[in-house]
Amino acid sequence: MKKVLILFAHPKFEKSRANAALIERLNDKKHVTFHDLYERYPNFHINVQREQELLVEHDIIIWHHPLYWYSSPAMLKQWKDMVLEFNWAYGPNGKVLHNKTVFNVITTGGSREVYCTEGYNTYTVNEFLRPFEQTAKLCGMNYLPPFAVMGTHNLSDRDLTNYANAYEQLIDLLQTDFSSQEFKKHLFLNDLETLTI
Amino acid sequence: MSGSLLFEAIVFLAGAIICVSIAKRLGLSSVLGYLLAGILIGPYVLGFVGEEGEDILHFAEFGVVVMLFLIGLEIEPKNFWSMRKSILGMGGIQVSLTVVITYALFTLLGYNWEVALVIGMAVALSSTAIALQTIKEKGLMDTTFGTSSFSILLFQDIIVIFMIGALPLLSNASEHTNGNTGHSTSNLIESLPIGLQTLAIILSVVLIILAGRFVIVPMLRKVAKTGVRELLIAAAFLIVFGISYLMEFVGISPALGAFLGGVVLSTSEFKHELESTLEPFKNLLLGLFFMAVGASINFIVIANSPMAIGGILVAIILIKAFVLFVTGQVFKLKLDQKLLLTFSLAQVGEFAFVLLSFAFQLNILEQEQMDMMLVITAVSMSLTPILSVLNERLILPKFGTKESISRPMDHIAKSQKIILVGFGHFGSTVGRFLRSHGIEATILDFDSNRVDFLRKMGFEVYYGDATRLDLLESAGIAEAKLLICAVDNPRVTKDITKLVKTNYPDVEMLVRAKNRYDAYDLINMGIDNIYRESLDTSLALASDALHKLGFRKYTLNRQVQNFIKYDEASLRRMAEQPERDENYIFKARKELEEQEKLLEDDFKRGIISYDNHWDSEHIRKQLQKPNEA
Repeated sequence: MKKVLILFAHPKFEKSRANAALIERLNDKKHVTFHDLYERYPNFHINVQREQELLVEHDIIIWHHPLYWYSSPAMLKQWKDMVLEFNWAYGPNGKVLHNKTVFNVITTGGSREVYCTEGYNTYTVNEFLRPFEQTAKLCGMNYLPPFAVMGTHNLSDRDLTNYANAYEQLIDLLQTDFSSQEFKKHLFLNDLETLTI
Repeated sequence: MSGSLLFEAIVFLAGAIICVSIAKRLGLSSVLGYLLAGILIGPYVLGFVGEEGEDILHFAEFGVVVMLFLIGLEIEPKNFWSMRKSILGMGGIQVSLTVVITYALFTLLGYNWEVALVIGMAVALSSTAIALQTIKEKGLMDTTFGTSSFSILLFQDIIVIFMIGALPLLSNASEHTNGNTGHSTSNLIESLPIGLQTLAIILSVVLIILAGRFVIVPMLRKVAKTGVRELLIAAAFLIVFGISYLMEFVGISPALGAFLGGVVLSTSEFKHELESTLEPFKNLLLGLFFMAVGASINFIVIANSPMAIGGILVAIILIKAFVLFVTGQVFKLKLDQKLLLTFSLAQVGEFAFVLLSFAFQLNILEQEQMDMMLVITAVSMSLTPILSVLNERLILPKFGTKESISRPMDHIAKSQKIILVGFGHFGSTVGRFLRSHGIEATILDFDSNRVDFLRKMGFEVYYGDATRLDLLESAGIAEAKLLICAVDNPRVTKDITKLVKTNYPDVEMLVRAKNRYDAYDLINMGIDNIYRESLDTSLALASDALHKLGFRKYTLNRQVQNFIKYDEASLRRMAEQPERDENYIFKARKELEEQEKLLEDDFKRGIISYDNHWDSEHIRKQLQKPNEA
């Protein structure tokens, strides 16, 4: 069974309805490590060695965060800056992360419609996530499309429960067996036919 | 002239206010001011106070009792137990050597042996009031010198019980059997055989311990519940009076009893309440005591035989000084600590009054002998502060600076020079962190044992009192960039601040403050960099407590920063209010009022409420249309 590491970054998790729903389900899952970065490092003083050990121990890494100003909250950038060291994560001898799988799980206030050429955000979520995609590529990791919960302001409790179910199913799928090729056909992992949203 | 009580009160208070403020302005200890005030208002200079000075002396001795109670409060039982060796050892050596040498001297001078022995015993006792008051005022209680002095004084308090008990035996020996009337009913111990005496003492000590646990603490809890502040003052005095009465009843020194009572209560939750309640009264009573000592100096007796009294006085002080120095030597104190000990305990103390007048009642002493010894006692007490000043200004600086100059000024880049004053728990943390960054501060500290240790560790350390400009100068304040003041005692901190601000205004100061009230003073002295030891740590604790209740760490971290910013601002606002110049007794109440006001402000200004950053619910409520969160 594959091991999943959820790197969760939300500066005000206690006020996030959507993320509370998504994460509630993951607490007791086997081989899933939920790592709450803002809670662990309230001073942004990241323990690099510990973080690298965690990466080594897991096969699938999830960057789970709300999308703020078309990017991640500051903590996740700090995490990348500190943990993904030269000649460890990248560079001629940086091969530790090779062939691990990584992707973003994001929540956005805006709906999918506003993230396109015609919408007021002009670009798609996938385009905004390019820095993550490229980071994964440089580290030799296998980058999958994002799982996105969008338009959170207008989602009912029932919608949120459905998303939470789908997130759980997705993790189950990733832990047992999945084809990267099949997954990469979609813009969002939400769109996989096997998931029920 | 002295009929009315009001008039006497006016004389004493005015005398105290004038003389003590002059003494303080001259940088002398307040004890000296009180003594001078006593001499001035006494029968031989202005004549405001006559014979009743004696009564006042007896009344004011209560100040010593309160002081020992307060000292007891600061010493927890386990610390007291760990001091037993130095109490018995140092006290034993000091008392026995002094008695023997004084006895020999007076026998040589032709006094009969009973008289010589009584005088020897009286001389062996130093003045707890003067010595401890001075030590506390200078903030030296935690030094080796402070604890040594304390051990010796405590031993004397204990041994005086046995001395008083032994006096009647001397009276029989000297065949003046008629003197034994009138006092034997005054206390319980003397009417008992020796074995039972010891038993009575042990029983009363046990009684104090039990009463502390099972009577006093429950009583204080009840009192605290009423919320009436003056009841607490009443309760505090009831405790001290009660213990003193019991002790006098069984014949033990009330001071010793009060000390034990203090130790028993030191682990109770009322420790600090009792301290802050009794502290101002203690100081006033002690002041009265010192004034009464000054007023009781009989200048006629001195005038009659100045040479003899002067000679004996000098001899006695020399004997005491010599014995103290030897005691320090035996217990391997550093030279400067030995000198401090020697000079601060070399007087004959207040117990001598008791012992001598009791011996007079028993007809062991003659009137003349008693008068002479009383004068010598009073004068020697008055000389103590003067001797201490001489020691500090003339002897210690030579020793202190000599030792510090012997170390070469090594690798400190002059432009980076930092002076760190105080190397206790606070200062040493600062020093270690600086050192871990390759910054070697020049350290000033007044505990020579610590200084010695630090030198071994390779620190550049200057020994001495940082309120002395010459010491700061020899530590190189002229070329210093920063001065860090990590001193524990707020009064010393303020003295240093004043000194540096006046003489070296360009040196930037970073100053440790105990609490808001010290911070106010420092702000008003023009200090910008103030570090309240009660701020960051307590917030770290509070935020951890909230975390355990489920609050998120990052939010708490931000709130702590907000709170600090807000508290600093309110600190600076309140520092400007002039009416905060506290008069002592109302200080505690004022503090409470101010705390309440702070809490109220906290709510009004909404410091406790959340900000709206990253709060999607907030956005959701504001716009019910889609937007990027």
